[in-house]
Amino acid sequence: MARIIVVTSGKGGVGKTTSSAAIGLGLALKGHKVVLIDFDIGLRNLDLIMGCERRVVYDFVNVINGEATLNQALIKDKRVSSLSILPASQTRDKDALNKENVGKVLEDLGKIYDFIICDSPAGIEAGAMMALYYADEAIITTNPEVSSVRDSDRIIGMLASRSRRAELGLEPIKEHLLLTRYSPKRVAEGEMLSVEDVEDILSIPLLGVIPESQAVLKASNAGEPVILDTESDAGQAYQDVIDRLLGETIDFRFLVAEKKGIFSRMFGG
Amino acid sequence: MALLDYFLRKKEKQVTTASRAKERLQIIVAHERNSRNKQPDYLPQLTEDILVVLRKYIQVSDESFSIKLDNKDGDLNVLELNIELHDEQSNS
Repeated sequence: MARIIVVTSGKGGVGKTTSSAAIGLGLALKGHKVVLIDFDIGLRNLDLIMGCERRVVYDFVNVINGEATLNQALIKDKRVSSLSILPASQTRDKDALNKENVGKVLEDLGKIYDFIICDSPAGIEAGAMMALYYADEAIITTNPEVSSVRDSDRIIGMLASRSRRAELGLEPIKEHLLLTRYSPKRVAEGEMLSVEDVEDILSIPLLGVIPESQAVLKASNAGEPVILDTESDAGQAYQDVIDRLLGETIDFRFLVAEKKGIFSRMFGG
Repeated sequence: MALLDYFLRKKEKQVTTASRAKERLQIIVAHERNSRNKQPDYLPQLTEDILVVLRKYIQVSDESFSIKLDNKDGDLNVLELNIELHDEQSNS
């Protein structure tokens, strides 16, 4: 049985696609068969973050409409062979997706893959609802900032009322909090909500804390998910997320600001 | 005195913007959670009334009847009635 995981947030620009890419690639690097699906119909971007934008021939909507087979549309990652990407369409209308046809695609993918990662569009419209409908687990990507936390809470409400699991009265979607763009220095100065604050408000289990990092922009510039940058704090934090998803218990890192010694201050280390 | 002020101010500076953010969020999130789960006051009475009318014509047990008021994204309310009709009723 494949684990269907939706990466969602409500608010846009908090790091859903960055996180989907890093988590998908990270799981595949551990030897799992992973497919990443871009649900942002009309505004695809996962292909760009994954660095496979020039290899898109067919997309999710083509598969839904029967214009291409899944095998034709799936793009095999060049770095890890057990990872595939199903890109969103760029032009078609977003009403192409419905519960029946998405369910069929997920069912077919579930026969092949261990993990199905659904990269949700922002908002609470049909596209976002479709991305979360079949999920077994949800990674709620949140920035330590008021509007993001509020929107995350709304999405948590949707998971509990609008998902397949909710409709059928099954065991609820397993929720994970992923705090991104975290700046321990600003938290220490009282300028940013802390991990504990956000946990208090949303009261869902913490999966990971990704520090605000220059590595993330560099990674998207290059189309190389940030988890590949094993030197970077963000890359290491995503690696911890992977290990936790796979059931390991790992201490949270990067929660306190690095104290700069006089040496690094002088030489800008 | 300026020196004294300096030290006093440092101590007073306890209400940070982060703690204000948390306080505001706790209030708004609690409020929004309440309105998400809240059913209108008239729903129990409405349920009773509908059952009375239905039972004038057909047999409806409590188990085969459900009523739900759904709020779709704030701008659309849907009242959903589910009534199970048993075979013997449709035959008679």
